[in-house]
Amino acid sequence: MSSVFFYALTGVGLFTLGLYALIVYTHLLRKILAINVMGSGIFLLLVSLAARTRGAPDPVPHAMVITGIVVAISATALALVLMLRLREASDRVELPEEPME
Amino acid sequence: MIMLWHNISWQAMPVLLPLVGAMLCFLLPQRIKFLGLMIALAIAASVFALLLQVLDEGVLRYSVGGWGAPLGIDLYTDGLSLLMLLMTALVGLGISIYAIAYFKSDKAVHFWPLWMLLWAALNALFLSADLFNLYVTLELLGLSAVALVALAGGANALGAAMRYLFVSLLGSLFYLLGLALLYHSFATVDIALLAQRIEETPAVWAAMGLMSAGLLLKTALFPLHFWLPPAHANAPAPVSALLSALVVKASFYILLRLWLDVFPPTNSMLVQFLGLLGACAVLWGGLQALRQTRLKMLIAYSTVAQLGYLFIAFPLATGMAWKGSLYLLISHALAKSAMFLAAGNLLRFGGHDRITQLDRVAQRLPLTLAAFALAGVSIMGLPPSGGFIGKWLLLDVALRSGQWWWAVILMLGSLLAAAYIFKVIGHAFTQAEVAHEAIEVSKMMEWSAFLLALAAIVLGLVSPWPLALMDIGSPFNTALSATCTSGVAQ
Repeated sequence: MSSVFFYALTGVGLFTLGLYALIVYTHLLRKILAINVMGSGIFLLLVSLAARTRGAPDPVPHAMVITGIVVAISATALALVLMLRLREASDRVELPEEPME
Repeated sequence: MIMLWHNISWQAMPVLLPLVGAMLCFLLPQRIKFLGLMIALAIAASVFALLLQVLDEGVLRYSVGGWGAPLGIDLYTDGLSLLMLLMTALVGLGISIYAIAYFKSDKAVHFWPLWMLLWAALNALFLSADLFNLYVTLELLGLSAVALVALAGGANALGAAMRYLFVSLLGSLFYLLGLALLYHSFATVDIALLAQRIEETPAVWAAMGLMSAGLLLKTALFPLHFWLPPAHANAPAPVSALLSALVVKASFYILLRLWLDVFPPTNSMLVQFLGLLGACAVLWGGLQALRQTRLKMLIAYSTVAQLGYLFIAFPLATGMAWKGSLYLLISHALAKSAMFLAAGNLLRFGGHDRITQLDRVAQRLPLTLAAFALAGVSIMGLPPSGGFIGKWLLLDVALRSGQWWWAVILMLGSLLAAAYIFKVIGHAFTQAEVAHEAIEVSKMMEWSAFLLALAAIVLGLVSPWPLALMDIGSPFNTALSATCTSGVAQ
């Protein structure tokens, strides 16, 4: 197995791990981190597959990853603020169980 | 001067104007309502100018900054994207006028910049020519929509916003993973280039599954609709309106583009499955809407049902069926925004939105109730509304191709819609047991809801025109349509 596919498979593994954590854990901070792990998995996949050909790696996926990182940071910031506000409003750091009437 | 006018490509304007507008609204909070309205008018004008340009020159393609694919950003306008832009402009204008009267200045300083960013994201999404830009705009759209849901404050709205954020991010990540696989296989994310290079490989099937799953989650197709009713019902009225009318349509638009242009024609199992989910959504959403005690929850479940109709075009898959689905989409946007705005008026008027306690609002807020009823006509699909044209096209295709069971679903859906809409209208005419202090509702809020509902009806009367517009660039004339029709003929 070439190193490219090792990294790519690690990326898919991270994505799956993050998805599992997102579903299983109830604490909001863990969910936010899980989303970030999923994102990192995809970034790893993109960067590793960019090096699949000989010579210089393909620059386009790198540009995509940089854009993706910017998006991930903004999303994380918004999620963290929402989490803090939710804790202030309801004294909980979990999603409400059932949609309320 | 005239030369300059002709040399302008109007494609960049519907993206640029709301972005600048968001910054201006953020920087000048004391003038925010005036600024907001001016920019909304300017955006609508730029979309209209783009319409004239497309009618004049046909399909447009524009490379931002002159770079071009693969590193630059390309904008692409055909009949499909133009109609989506027009729909957004019309609904956006109505919601903007409503929001001027609705929000007090403390909320307005947050609403306007976010709404402008959301509008920029929507316009950019409809104009994007490559899958990665679609991802970025999808994220921008999701983030601004989540922030708008949280605007209401309070534990309910914050909880709904948080859930919405996770759903939105999860959907986008699935989409991005699929995109990574597509780029790896074909070294491009440009929709037109992908369409030429696409082959049936396992990687493509995986990408198709991942991207479709992510987008279906964001479009809230049954059974992935769980997040929609709380998020749409707990937001302030103008926000509920734009979420239900526009935001869920954006992910549907991407799905449509992918299935029509990019993905290889599939076996009919998969499209039948999408149609089946759509049918379940129509029935389940209708039944749930009927059970609700709060008006905004009822309208939100009605959105779940109406989104189901859009997917019935997948198994039918002829040009006419896509047009019917698109017609339903546009008339739903107009009608549903009117309905949520009318509900906002009732909520402000009585201080609650419990359906059984709508105390004689028919006499006291006639214009608002007229807006609700007219929007209801389009949602039920009665003639001469836009909803009728859409359903008629779908019915026609379903019966012609011998797939009569979809026609039954369409009928049942209309019956359910009639049931839940008449339930509300019935209570609006009768006296409730508990009388409420009535708070006056601004005329601007009443008229903007009414005009949007009227637009949904008028859409049924001018049907040749939007249908002709849909043919520009013939977005529906694709391999998927061709194979499915031949499959049916066999």
